[in-house]
Amino acid sequence: MSTSTDTIEELANREYKYGFVSDIEADAVPKGLTEETVRLISRIKSEPEWMLEWRLRAFRHWQTMEEPHWENVKFSPVDYQEIVYYSAPKPKKVLSSIDEVDPDLLQTFEKLGISLDEQKRLTNVAVDAVFDSVSVATTFKGKLADMGIIFCSMSEALREHPDLVKQYLGTVVPYSDNYYATLNSAVFSDGSFCYVPKGVRCPMELSTYFRINAENTGQFERTLLVADEGAYVSYLEGCTAPMRDENQLHAAVVELVALPGATIKYSTVQNWYPGDKNGVGGIFNFVTKRGKCAERAKISWTQVETGSAITWKYPSCILQGDDSVGEFYSVALTNNYQQADTGTKMVHIGKNTRSTIVSKGISAGRGQNTYRGLVRVNAGAENARNYSQCDSLLLGDKCGAHTFPYIEVKNPTAKVEHEASTSKIGEDQIFYCNQRGISTEDAINMIVNGFCKEVFRELPMEFAVEAQKLLGVSLEGSVG
Amino acid sequence: MLTIKNLHARVEAKEILRGIDLQVNPGEVHAIMGPNGSGKSTLAGVLAGRAAYEVTDGTVTYKGLDLLDLSAEERAREGVFLAFQYPVEIPGVNNTYFLKAALNAVRKHRGEEELDAMEFLQLVREKLKILHIDQSLLNRPVNEGFSGGEKKRNEIFQMAVLDPLLAILDETDSGLDIDALKSVADGVNALRSPDRAIIVVTHYQRLLNYIVPDFVHVLARGQIVKSGGKELALELEERGYDWLLESTGRSLVGAG
Repeated sequence: MSTSTDTIEELANREYKYGFVSDIEADAVPKGLTEETVRLISRIKSEPEWMLEWRLRAFRHWQTMEEPHWENVKFSPVDYQEIVYYSAPKPKKVLSSIDEVDPDLLQTFEKLGISLDEQKRLTNVAVDAVFDSVSVATTFKGKLADMGIIFCSMSEALREHPDLVKQYLGTVVPYSDNYYATLNSAVFSDGSFCYVPKGVRCPMELSTYFRINAENTGQFERTLLVADEGAYVSYLEGCTAPMRDENQLHAAVVELVALPGATIKYSTVQNWYPGDKNGVGGIFNFVTKRGKCAERAKISWTQVETGSAITWKYPSCILQGDDSVGEFYSVALTNNYQQADTGTKMVHIGKNTRSTIVSKGISAGRGQNTYRGLVRVNAGAENARNYSQCDSLLLGDKCGAHTFPYIEVKNPTAKVEHEASTSKIGEDQIFYCNQRGISTEDAINMIVNGFCKEVFRELPMEFAVEAQKLLGVSLEGSVG
Repeated sequence: MLTIKNLHARVEAKEILRGIDLQVNPGEVHAIMGPNGSGKSTLAGVLAGRAAYEVTDGTVTYKGLDLLDLSAEERAREGVFLAFQYPVEIPGVNNTYFLKAALNAVRKHRGEEELDAMEFLQLVREKLKILHIDQSLLNRPVNEGFSGGEKKRNEIFQMAVLDPLLAILDETDSGLDIDALKSVADGVNALRSPDRAIIVVTHYQRLLNYIVPDFVHVLARGQIVKSGGKELALELEERGYDWLLESTGRSLVGAG
């Protein structure tokens, strides 16, 4: 027992060492958002002056904006003055053993096949596994540093590599971009920063997994990935475990910069708390993700979205350079009262640019699933190509699937293809499986996974396996 | 093995089966024949546990179990197999993967070890050889893009792998040309065994030239109006169904 207490104290102390000024003993700044809040956040994080100025510009701009309501989702208004905008990475309530953890949560873990150590870590039971992870993180960091790859938290990047951050921050998603991105620009707490130098191929999948010690980055994450000329990086975001998060609003921003000839592969498995069966609680996941491709660069987004009460995100590609490539592969699942309005924007600016969109929406329970996508071919984008495929699968008769494809073509040489389908899991299919001895639950999992296959094969191996299991868990209780 | 007594069933408000009695023993092959709308496919569906059919009267005993009390998947795990008239497509799901899930569900129910990928593949190769089926079938999504013949062959292949005690073939001959018909029939014949009973549901006698039954039953307006040996099928081929309906005082009109 005493050891685990020590562990937590050490952990807490170490967190505090990381740039906390001594007069901020409290865990969080007072709730509400004023210019003072923004200044306070910047001060706590000991940020350079230009960063504060940038945040303030964003904040002032945000005050002139209105919450958008064009999306196809319904929710009660967010009171932005009720939100606590900065919370120190305080040690969470520590449970002394795994027995104290909510048994429902453990059951879910079991189904996901998460190891016991992992379960303990996720449920915040103090075990040495935490220390293991830290040392693992350090090992990787050393190896990456040898290759010149920078991979750290945004706070650390602002301290250690301010020039790089300054050069690229806001170049893809400007602070004035949209309501939530602007809010994020003003108050972002932390996030990840990655820079891969010229010609370097990052030898491993970078993921938040081995950045555990910095995981408590709050609800306004800011991620910036820069792949220099000819570099390659694959980044995995998210946790496949159902983290019960009490925060209501997540407004994150992800910016990807792919310089000439670079490739960025960005995979997300999002499984935030979706609310209960009656639609109470759950996360509002309002995220802005965008990447910019220079000539011959490629950005590939793959997302599996099964969590959150509301998902509202459009990972996009600005295909600025000639011969650049954008890809978007998405599985979005809504069950119970979940709502998703998600898709992508492919903006073709350079010549011979190509984009591919594969979107698979699954609706169950009373879930509402919307695909919204824009393919724009600018006047100068000679020989642009796009292929879009949007498929919807319905389970039951109380859910909905909606598709809003926007296509704007200003160059006559463009070739844009769009295919869409909506299907329902038929009683015939389920009976066929039943008649072969397969239970209804397994049958639905099998059919849904078959439906998502084209997207899953874009995911790194381990992620694909977890994503499949996750779909099964998320669909539980969807068949009566 | 299977005893059906006074079975009545309906779809929505419409009564389709009106008192079926049938006894099937291990090793026997029974053919159920009859005009369109006589209730042949309904009988097959009721035995397999299709939810759309409601049993209103009668009993079905299978291996001493009350078959009607079991869910469709329980019946399958107990060894009841239905070869579908219209095999269902499941896009994106690999045929091998599907079959392995099915076989392991059955094995688990029987208290046997589940097969791993290698053992399963070995079993599958054996069965393919017996049935002369091309291996490319394995890597395709379940029934998706299959020709009519391939779908029916796939049903028989599944039957071979799942090794049922009671196999019901629902109009397995429909939509097949003569070569496909022969090859499907060869497959079924290869699976005849003293432990296994087979019920062949068919409209035409043609299939019974290749799968020779021990018993033939004629179903009309939801009842078995005549039973006999294999020669009854030939008689039907020659005379049609009407003479049977007349002799029992029924007419085809209104058979639906």
